Amino acid sequence: MKFDTPAAKNPIDRLKVVGKATDRIDGPLKTTGLAPYAYERHDKVRNPAYGYVLGSAIAKGKIAAIDLAAAKAMPGVLAIVTADTAGKLEKGQFNTAKLLGGPDIEHYHQAVAVIVAETFEQARAAASLITVNYARATGNFDLAALKDTAVKPVADGPGGKPDTAVGDFEKGFAAAPVKLDALYTTPDQAHAMMEPHATTALWEGDKLTLYTANQMIAWSKGDVAKTLGIAPENVRLDSPYIGGGFGGKLFVRADAILAALGAKASGRPVKLALTRPFMFNNTTHRPATIQRIRIGATKDGKITAIGHEGWSGDLPGGGPETAVNQTRLLYAGADRMTKTRLAVLDLPEGNAMRAPGEAPGLMALEIAMDEMAEKLGIDPIKFRAINDTQVDPEKPERKFSQRQLVKCLELGAEKFGWDKRKGPGSVREGRWLIGMGVGAGIRNNLLMKSGARVRLNQAGIVTVETDMTDIGTGTYTILAQTAAEMMGIPIDKVVVTLGDSDLPASAGSGGQWGANNSTSGVYAACMKLRETVAQRLGFNTTEVDFADGKVHSGNRSIALGEAARTGEIVAEDTIEYGDLDKKYQQSTFAGHFVEVAVDAATGETRIRRMLAVCAAGRILNPKAARSQVIGAMTMGVGAAMIEELAVDKRFGFFVNHDLAGYEVPVHADIPHQEVIFLEEEDPISSPMKAKGVGELGLCGVGAAVANAIYNATGIRVRDYPITLDKYLDRLPPVA
Amino acid sequence: MDFDEFTPSRRGVIVGGAVTVAVTTVPAVEAQVPRKQTMAHIEKVAFEVNGKRRELALDTRTTLLDALREHLDLTGTKKGCDHGQCGACTVIVDGRRINSCLTLAVMHEGDSITTIEGLGTPEKLHPMQAAFIRHDGYQCGYCTPGQICSAVSVLDEIRRGIPSHVSASLTDQPQITNFEMRERMSGNICRCGAYSNIAEAMADVAGEKA
Repeated sequence: MKFDTPAAKNPIDRLKVVGKATDRIDGPLKTTGLAPYAYERHDKVRNPAYGYVLGSAIAKGKIAAIDLAAAKAMPGVLAIVTADTAGKLEKGQFNTAKLLGGPDIEHYHQAVAVIVAETFEQARAAASLITVNYARATGNFDLAALKDTAVKPVADGPGGKPDTAVGDFEKGFAAAPVKLDALYTTPDQAHAMMEPHATTALWEGDKLTLYTANQMIAWSKGDVAKTLGIAPENVRLDSPYIGGGFGGKLFVRADAILAALGAKASGRPVKLALTRPFMFNNTTHRPATIQRIRIGATKDGKITAIGHEGWSGDLPGGGPETAVNQTRLLYAGADRMTKTRLAVLDLPEGNAMRAPGEAPGLMALEIAMDEMAEKLGIDPIKFRAINDTQVDPEKPERKFSQRQLVKCLELGAEKFGWDKRKGPGSVREGRWLIGMGVGAGIRNNLLMKSGARVRLNQAGIVTVETDMTDIGTGTYTILAQTAAEMMGIPIDKVVVTLGDSDLPASAGSGGQWGANNSTSGVYAACMKLRETVAQRLGFNTTEVDFADGKVHSGNRSIALGEAARTGEIVAEDTIEYGDLDKKYQQSTFAGHFVEVAVDAATGETRIRRMLAVCAAGRILNPKAARSQVIGAMTMGVGAAMIEELAVDKRFGFFVNHDLAGYEVPVHADIPHQEVIFLEEEDPISSPMKAKGVGELGLCGVGAAVANAIYNATGIRVRDYPITLDKYLDRLPPVA
Repeated sequence: MDFDEFTPSRRGVIVGGAVTVAVTTVPAVEAQVPRKQTMAHIEKVAFEVNGKRRELALDTRTTLLDALREHLDLTGTKKGCDHGQCGACTVIVDGRRINSCLTLAVMHEGDSITTIEGLGTPEKLHPMQAAFIRHDGYQCGYCTPGQICSAVSVLDEIRRGIPSHVSASLTDQPQITNFEMRERMSGNICRCGAYSNIAEAMADVAGEKA
């Protein structure tokens, strides 16, 4: 189905199932421990051998010699694979560094060997006996020191154009009566999903099956084939349950390739999980940024010039963190510019993490807006409203399909009690300094083609099949809701099968595009199924209604399953898009509100209240969508206050590579969270009239926290995370 | 780069580092460390899991977590970090929650172990499992069994009068408050960030029984 004109009224608009807060259909399996994750496929693979990965102890250089003799002699060891014995391996299209290093080492903890043994304990013990002699080379690990060596990255890379300009920014900024010119930094961050990257690999002749944890099945099937030099039709990936991804499982990682190599070498199925302390340096992370923001405005608060420059680093051949992109769209202003620059670093591979670009970009921009509002003496919400734009500021003929940012902020202000906010450092409750902060969020709606197959049997059960994944986002449930709505049946008459590369290729889970596109794919397949059903039942296809488990036409009603009486009906289709995303800017918006309390003596900051107001098209399942948003708000608190991969700039690795060192929010850190979704349908987006929320929920949260800390203390910190050592010495004297 | 300010000896790294660092990153090329005896010792152990007696002959290095997951097919208990930092492996042993990754299986002779599979099934959910579904107290589901085992134990610990770091008094009966529950649940990390919903699920269950 080609979606190239705005959606008219369609069967989803009935909203009998879609749009209703619905418990996850995978809930009973997940809460009882019966949902099988990649390392647990006892249902498919009996008696696997165990793989254990050895990582490089240096960040850059060569392996001079590797001695496997002691390890090989250990009881239970079946095979050891290194670059010497792996055969020729290509690099995947989506990988920057090789997944098996040697003799050249590109980053710390790059895999250098996989040990396969009868048991996990044997494999781990044998790994400790491998002797590697490295020739260490000098590497570059310090972004701040290398900022001036950063170059313009390849144009039209994944993040768009590295340089943009409208009008004359320098002139406009110079002439502005009120100006801000500030530098902000965000650190390297880790996805730190709860399920480590894991794969169980099984060879049957030339055919390889990987039970793996992966967000993007079609991409990754291709990259497994490319890396191993085998035909894509000989590769199958199966990923029905994924223990979190956040971008960290978008791509094929070492677990998949090394499990496959280990299985080949040992002649046994192999299961392999990366250990927690290995994940942080072996896999990808969100790169650190340095950002300069300049805003010029008239005295009455109208932005006349806005400029955002961002610097980040990555391995040779890698890409930038596109932290400036939202600044092209979020606020009006005649003279504008953005600039993205990329340095070469020899740290582990930088790549996408939840809301890549916008998450760190808004952490900076939305502090800058707060600072500017204060300079102008205008309320931060009013300042944002003054500078709202309903069109793409770079191309005024291009409207936003929907843009309710101001309503998000104003409704949020009302619900949060924003009118009680006072000037910086002026509210105190006992030992606590109290502050409120706001941050605006924007995240674009990306359209990706997405396929699905639906089957109807005589019992009236509809089965949805697609390689789409559920990484905690609630895909199982919204696909079931979509099929139920389309076919006029209750949700318990729908079965959903996900994550298998033998099924139609979907949009996959990333960039908050999963929900809108994958449900639209199911919509398309169901439209075909409806046609076939009507034909089988002898109905004129234009005058049928699917409701209450029946097909109605005129005064005739027949049970849906009757259409499949002579055999199962199968329909398959793919949603594809025209140019509505070129004609219109499609984005989602949020207003994030945070209240903090800062201990006047110790500087300890506690989050007291959080509210997000989101406008993101039709909300397909308000229950799971709310969970996406509160989860993102939680991640935003982590980013603002505690999360930072500490770089050892001498040896080139992330020092705090476990969950005790890399701190993420825990229960005690997070209070009750509120989320409001504005009424919105976006017929420009898709037949579902939906968009996404999973990344929007993170966009703007960090700055809202930062602004709340400023409001509480009067101390501005522009260097994330805002740990107390950065402001303790500036707190008012303790009485 | 200037390495002079910090030139660790390999021995220094090994002594100061965690076991995992020594295992995976330190080139043992000069073999300064005496190689450990790494042959497997097999020992028998018997314990009760979810009311059923289980007898195993295990490599003594096997954690309780791996005994459950790899030897008894009870994969509901999750391995998130394998060293006591995340709580995904939480099980209830003799009425007390523990991190099953931090204890060897052979240390549990005669113990009674309850895992997520023992709390309830899809057909007959434990009230806490049902409350997690009702309040959407999970997303990816990977930390969920540990959260639920902890949640059940936390309510029990409060009822039994065990104080926590945030209890106002060490001797008074602690109350089931949001603050008490959040403090006691903080060993169970949820990166999806379902905390607010988990707290509501727990309050729901606590209220039902109160």
